[in-house]
Amino acid sequence: MSRTIDIRDKSARTTRRRFLQGGGAVAGSVVVGAGAPAAAETENLPPNIPNWMKAPGDPMGSQPYGTPSPFEKGVVKNISKNLKQYISASGRTPLQELDGIITPNGLFYERHHGGVPTIDPEQHRLMLHGLVEHPLIFTMDDLRRFPSESRIHFLECSGNPGYTKPYGKTASDLVGLLSCAEWTGVSLKLVLQEAGLKPEAKWVIAEGADAAALTRSIPIEKCLEDAMLVYSQNGERLRPQQGYPLRLLLPGFEGNMNVKWLRRLHVTAEPAYSREETSKYTDLLPDGTAREFSFYMEAKSIITRPSGGQRLDVPGFHEITGIAWSGHGKIKRVEVSIDDGKNWQEARLQEPVLTRALTRFRLPWQWDGKPAVIQSRAIDETGYVQPTLAELLAVRGENFFYHNNAIWPWRIAADGEVTNALA
Amino acid sequence: MRWREICVIACAIVLCAFATGAQAQGAYAIGRTATAAEIAGWNIDVGRDGSNLPAGSGSVSHGREVFAQQCASCHGDKGEGGVGDRLVGGQETISTAKPIRTVGSYWPYAPTLFDYVRRAMPQNAPQSLSNDDVYAVSAYILNLNGLVGADATLDAKSLAAIKMPNRDKFVGDARPDVK
Repeated sequence: MSRTIDIRDKSARTTRRRFLQGGGAVAGSVVVGAGAPAAAETENLPPNIPNWMKAPGDPMGSQPYGTPSPFEKGVVKNISKNLKQYISASGRTPLQELDGIITPNGLFYERHHGGVPTIDPEQHRLMLHGLVEHPLIFTMDDLRRFPSESRIHFLECSGNPGYTKPYGKTASDLVGLLSCAEWTGVSLKLVLQEAGLKPEAKWVIAEGADAAALTRSIPIEKCLEDAMLVYSQNGERLRPQQGYPLRLLLPGFEGNMNVKWLRRLHVTAEPAYSREETSKYTDLLPDGTAREFSFYMEAKSIITRPSGGQRLDVPGFHEITGIAWSGHGKIKRVEVSIDDGKNWQEARLQEPVLTRALTRFRLPWQWDGKPAVIQSRAIDETGYVQPTLAELLAVRGENFFYHNNAIWPWRIAADGEVTNALA
Repeated sequence: MRWREICVIACAIVLCAFATGAQAQGAYAIGRTATAAEIAGWNIDVGRDGSNLPAGSGSVSHGREVFAQQCASCHGDKGEGGVGDRLVGGQETISTAKPIRTVGSYWPYAPTLFDYVRRAMPQNAPQSLSNDDVYAVSAYILNLNGLVGADATLDAKSLAAIKMPNRDKFVGDARPDVK
């Protein structure tokens, strides 16, 4: 899209801002108005020398931490203005605005159950007790003394999205409760070994130091497989919204189990059957039974460009790109259909393809200017194929609520407007 | 001193070192021993069978007062819901197109109610209610759902003895369920 705009002597950044501010209709007017750009913008375009080359820029230290360009101010978390309350709520990552596989920390999706606590790391403690030989208490300094490791994994809320209308307009509305980061911390296995697990140890109840004192029960197998106690995210200390100073990371498991502000690990023989794992994060089937302890996020993908809320300004070359992920391991293949699901072709996967991480896929595409429906489906290394929404609904019904990993098609109109094909 | 006595003393010294808990026992010797008092202070986990429920008790009538003061502004005067979840009713709706999931219709274990109210409620001041008040509020919510009588008083034993209507409706994860 930006390439098209550049050809028409229009700032791609201006267009992008207008997408964000006014949606596709405003952006479309860019094409109409291309012959008469504002005078102020013309001054900075070839063959003239731009104003920002004629005087020094901001001095060193004007932003000791740093913020994005003011021209990117619309790229922020997607937070509904109609939430019942804001201390138990979620904010979504603007997936359609991001490139690559890493989510910037400021745009990482959020889900809180009792607000975001402000925790002094000097006073934070992790208690490890229950079915262990030696119950232990760790300071943050203690935990940072352990051998550390860094790994890239996605994190996804289990309710991303639901099974009932209204469905969202953008990729972020649909699956923006999804992000991916490089996490640094200590292997949970190492810390459990430090305490010495007793043979009866089958579960670990993790508790957060937030106002919800949220608890989830983790099978011991996962704790000993790839779970981490995390203190850093994308190179910096965790943000408060992500559990500062310490969180649990369970790669591939539903987001709320990755307990933030982690203060206690209670090793037990049985799960807690806490409120979150009985009344909330359970999946209700049409016959009235409900699945409990449904931990894994199954294989899934979504096209992020072009996607809902965007517009193709001209026919011709456009790259289709998106992200795929699976809680069960690596993405093996992503297939893309440009003809409403009749035919599928294999997309190119961008390296690195990591286990339980976002994988970027790309497919070159010549849009002929006619209406089209495009969609992607992920296949993971277990051979699992991402299903359609209709296939999921046929088995699970509309009350299932969590773990919707459906294929999501985008409709492209003759005027280039991209909308949710299932909405 | 005979060799055997030396051994006994040496063993005693080693055991004392373990017993003081001055140092962790793992390969890295990082962290310190958590004392029983520290664990008791933080371990508020209540099992589904009522294990680790504290001493104390609370009546439905007292729970009605506590609920009016602490809970009704979010959950409604009779637990009908508002900013906070609906807590009451919904029985017989769980297998319909519009399930109403409440404590009475959906929650499988009554002790979980005590656990959650104590750790997370009221939302603006969690862990501020006494154990007696938490028992009382739990009793009131269960009474509104028809699960205990209006004259009931609940404690650890009687709360754990309540069989919730939806207890047997939870099953394991059958995924991959779409092939």
